[in-house]
Amino acid sequence: MALTDGTEQRRPRAPLAPWLKGSLLTLGSIAVTMLGLLFVTFIIGRVMPIDPVLAIVGERASQSTYDAVYEQLGLDKPLLVQFFYYLTDVMRGDFGMSLLNARPVSEDIARVFPATLELATMGVFMGIVLGVPLGVIAAVRRGSWIDQVARVVALVGYSMPIFWLGLMGLLIFYGILGWVGGPGRLDIFYEDIVPARTGMILVDSALAGDWSVFKNAFSHIILPASLLGYYSLAYISRMTRSFMLEQLSAEYVTTARVKGMSERAVIWRHAFKNIRVQLITVIALSYANLLEGSVLTEIIFSWPGIGSYITTALLSADMNAVLGGTVVVGLIFICLNIFSDLLYRVFDPRSK
Amino acid sequence: MNMLEVENLWVKFPTRQGIFDAVRGVSFTLGKERLGIVGESGSGKSMTGRAILQLIRPPGIVEADYIKLEGQNLLDFSEPQMREVRGQRISMVMQDPKFSLNPVMTVGEQIMEAYLLHNNTSKAQARAKSIAMLEAVSIRDPERVMRAYPHEVSGGMGQRIMIAMMLIPDPQILIADEPTSALDVSVQRQVLDIMDALVKERGMGLIFISHDLNLVSEFCDRVLIMYAGRVVEVCDADKLHEASHPYTRGLLNSLPRLDQPRKHLEVLQRDPKWSEAPSVGGHS
Ligand SMILES: Nc1ncnc2c1ncn2[C@@H]1O[C@H](COP(=O)(O)OP(=O)(O)O)[C@@H](O)[C@H]1O
Ligand SMILES: [Mg+2]
Repeated sequence: MALTDGTEQRRPRAPLAPWLKGSLLTLGSIAVTMLGLLFVTFIIGRVMPIDPVLAIVGERASQSTYDAVYEQLGLDKPLLVQFFYYLTDVMRGDFGMSLLNARPVSEDIARVFPATLELATMGVFMGIVLGVPLGVIAAVRRGSWIDQVARVVALVGYSMPIFWLGLMGLLIFYGILGWVGGPGRLDIFYEDIVPARTGMILVDSALAGDWSVFKNAFSHIILPASLLGYYSLAYISRMTRSFMLEQLSAEYVTTARVKGMSERAVIWRHAFKNIRVQLITVIALSYANLLEGSVLTEIIFSWPGIGSYITTALLSADMNAVLGGTVVVGLIFICLNIFSDLLYRVFDPRSK
Repeated sequence: MNMLEVENLWVKFPTRQGIFDAVRGVSFTLGKERLGIVGESGSGKSMTGRAILQLIRPPGIVEADYIKLEGQNLLDFSEPQMREVRGQRISMVMQDPKFSLNPVMTVGEQIMEAYLLHNNTSKAQARAKSIAMLEAVSIRDPERVMRAYPHEVSGGMGQRIMIAMMLIPDPQILIADEPTSALDVSVQRQVLDIMDALVKERGMGLIFISHDLNLVSEFCDRVLIMYAGRVVEVCDADKLHEASHPYTRGLLNSLPRLDQPRKHLEVLQRDPKWSEAPSVGGHS
């Protein structure tokens, strides 16, 4: 609604406050997305050519054992009823048992997810801290050597296969130079020293005040995190550059210069403020990407995260584990979307 | 006394086809008066205004014998010195407040910022000053407007905010680059009158850029007529009907008139010779 002071015509009032409408729409789309996600994983579980009963009872079980388990799993009920059971299970955080180790899938996920979370968070942090300034500078000094360097850095990040970079990194920094720890999250002597409170070793060791464990964990995480950070940087810096270029040609930037503002203030106080919303979306996307578990990175660095967990489960036809992992990854994706949507509302006055 | 003297100003842009001269040897002076610059779109009016403030971005090039502000040649100024000039001594209002105000900052933040850049005072004082300035441009509820974002105000109000923001550091010269072209016809007059009153009251010099010859002749004391980067004619506004250059005559004849209704408006015939002839000096 435009502010007027009687000299100009008033426009008619909207029937429903736009922010309320927006929130309802968001909530609705979240619910639909989640339901859709669960429905898809449910269907996948049913159409896979893997007999869940056989997987539990084994090939040589008697028919009566088979039938008992069949009933116990609710497979004799109509599909819709089965879906309803599945929904209520998932709501309670129950993804069934892993066939590989006969433990609840939810426990496995609670163990592997923090490893991915720690790695992805560190990676995206590096991507933001380096990628945003690089993108801004490349836009401001468009066509200069620094812009060219930024372009090459991003191009390499886009086109270099991650397993190759990972292996080269291991070879050089671990094998030859010995600057960093090798594969895994810790050297074996440091394992199980600090209590697992969050499952993220850097956080746990800091909480316990055990800095030798912290140092060791850091030396292990730094290389895979840098690798992920590099990919994140490549994406974030390119996007930042193009967002900034768009803003720098906007008229309000000229206004700021006309006021007598320094170029630095023009860039950071005026232009940068206008790309925050778009940047948030890009960062959330990059983070979600890393949180899904960068499978190749986790495998190369023997990182026991959710990416390698789902892959192992898939290769051994452990359907409950696969579906549980998929649901969790999907939920993270949705949560990040909600979060970036909320920040959007905070940073863009036009969205209110 | 001339506040501003511009001599032989050129603005050049390197392009693939060679150097493009957007402004070609423009000269004029400005006193405590309202100087109009008229010309069709692309004739170099905006580039002239921006060159004075040294706001032509590379690869654009500005050349001139001098651009003197109260005797000091701005071409010799360093960038930090130019920042002292911008806003504080020469300011500019642009065409469309929808684009020239920062969409994610409140009106208050933007006006206060303009004041604080050149005045070493407290925020509270900058705020009081901003509210007073908003009142001076006839905004009735300044407290509320201070908290508003640009998309929440109408075009006419946006342009009055822009004027308030550009006048708050008390500059001597205001360049108004098509300040009403983007506004509803119903509010154009009001915005112009407010701007005019403030410029007079403060004894400022005004460069009023427009493509509207009628508006300029009504509103200004003196008019430069630009064509293809050159000044083809300089007139006192009240003697425009005596203008001799065929381009000016053409512009006048292609205007609809209420006092002498015409069946047909003339189509402007252009002569390539106009863009070859040297600029006319716009000295008063
Ligand atoms: N960055 C640029 N590169 C090349 N030509 C430009 C650039 N900016 C403006 N021009 C040209 O300069 C000429 C004058 O522009 P301008 O001063 O904005 O005209 P107007 O009289 O409409 O304000 C136009 O022909 C425009 O195409
Ligand atoms: Mg223009």
